[in-house]
Amino acid sequence: MKIDRRFFIRKVMAVGVLLAVPRILFAARPDKAFAATDGDQAMASLFGETPAASDRVVLKIPEIAENGAVVPVTISTDLENVESISVVVANNPTPLAASFALGPRSVANVSVRIKMGESSQVLAIVKADGKLYSASKDVKVTIGGCGG
Amino acid sequence: MGKPIKIRAKMKGDIAEVKALMPHEMEAGFRRDPATNERVPAHYITDVVAQHNGDVVFTAYWGPAVSKNPFVSFSFLGAAVGDTINVHWRDNKGDSSAIEAVFK
Amino acid sequence: MIRVFVIILMATGLLATQPASAGPEKDLQAMQDFYQKRFPNVAPEEFANGLYAFDEGARAQWLELEDFPPYEIAVEEGEAYFNTPFANGNSYADCFENNGLSIKQNYPYFDNDTSKVVTLELAINQCREENGEQPLPYLRGELTAISAYMAYTSRGNTINVQVPNDNPKALAAYDAGKQFYYSRRGQLNFSCSSCHVQVVGLSLRADPISTTVGQVTHFPAYRTVWGEIVTLHRRFVECNSQVRARPFESQSDEYRNLEYFLTYMSNGFELNGPSSRR
Ligand code: HEC
Repeated sequence: MKIDRRFFIRKVMAVGVLLAVPRILFAARPDKAFAATDGDQAMASLFGETPAASDRVVLKIPEIAENGAVVPVTISTDLENVESISVVVANNPTPLAASFALGPRSVANVSVRIKMGESSQVLAIVKADGKLYSASKDVKVTIGGCGG
Repeated sequence: MGKPIKIRAKMKGDIAEVKALMPHEMEAGFRRDPATNERVPAHYITDVVAQHNGDVVFTAYWGPAVSKNPFVSFSFLGAAVGDTINVHWRDNKGDSSAIEAVFK
Repeated sequence: MIRVFVIILMATGLLATQPASAGPEKDLQAMQDFYQKRFPNVAPEEFANGLYAFDEGARAQWLELEDFPPYEIAVEEGEAYFNTPFANGNSYADCFENNGLSIKQNYPYFDNDTSKVVTLELAINQCREENGEQPLPYLRGELTAISAYMAYTSRGNTINVQVPNDNPKALAAYDAGKQFYYSRRGQLNFSCSSCHVQVVGLSLRADPISTTVGQVTHFPAYRTVWGEIVTLHRRFVECNSQVRARPFESQSDEYRNLEYFLTYMSNGFELNGPSSRR
């Protein structure tokens, strides 16, 4: 179990330049889907239907979450013209965790860290060319991350 | 004004890869304050937008189930070393933060 | 989980009780040999990664976190605090060797003037008091951030805690720390070694447990469970509480001596703090 120790002792701190936020930038967030308290409801609100499973959606998430407060998720797909990628945690109090809107220049590969209150099915839903595709995994949580 | 976003922007061949870490409580609104027993109000980032050359190249809509101090990474095409990328967020209380970084 | 420990404990015995006093160097050698024998397939420097040396699944998630770790926020805040002058115009840099940068490997040390162990966090507060500032609370917040920044500037340096053989008082402090490590306490009657020596590593029924050697290389550490960065003494508090023992105060003599012993057991390891742990 050898690792590159230098990885842990490298000293990189990112620096950026602060900006003012132009309000106009933000488009319409699907507030209703985020308020939904069950997964199907969230998906119905987002998409009007429940997506079908597809092996072209790759959902990378641990089988056993080390800690429900921080569960790393990566979703990618080789589908073309991806419009959005969404993450639904079925057993969370509000199942829709995140929805990403992509554009013509996007590479369909996003990562985020999410909270899981308990063990649950996690779904990744990709909308591409107007069609829905999904992948799901069951994730076991032993230390809960107080919901969301 | 929210805390400054931490950002890394890197060209990997044709692909522009952006990683950002946003100091934020991401309070889900379910917890009670142990001292007062009052419910701690929800406070979380709702929107993240990234721009390159005036184009919006990425938008994230979040609920309170994104982890504290959110991390996000995304990629897109059509950028080059030396280009700038802007990332902005706003939260449910109207706070916001924005940062600009240069691709390496 | 505790019940599982008890079952495993009854089945093991090695190094359970305090080894006879043979001096720090021999203690360290014995401890290193023990883990090497116990885990022949784990590279010794891996012990600096705590439980992630043993649990592949948890390790993969930890590596993802380390790609852009939340503790960078604390490091950055710590740097800002560190560089903010006191009311009298002095700053932290004036209190430390090498302006306070790249020096964590020398902590804790035994101070002959006070006959006490001095930890980095204690030294930070001493610096404040010498400059007419109020000491900061130890468990979280500003002090932990400053300590995180100082640890960060010391990454890659080799831990080198000194317990001079010709200094009986220093030796006594080390021995007190060692004694603490092997003393059973709490309703569950566990010592630190009950868990970190006897049931160390990955067992089928319980959470993986880190080794004594290499255990302190990454403090202060970001606990994902708490969502904040914490000091080594806060971890001691938690480990004491777990066995329903009364925890001691941060920076109490007991915990300072314990830190002296425990850091000596990481001599030769590179500092890699801060890091994240569950
Ligand atoms: C009931 C078993 C138990 C006892 C007794 C115990 N610990 Fe722990 N300790 C744990 C567990 C479980 C963890 C979390 C997993 C890990 O990191 O090893 C932990 C973590 C730690 C860590 C952090 C390791 C890291 O990599 O961040 C330190 C330091 C530590 N313990 C020191 C001590 C000390 C000192 C004592 C005695 C005062 C002690 N422990 C007693 C179970 C125990």
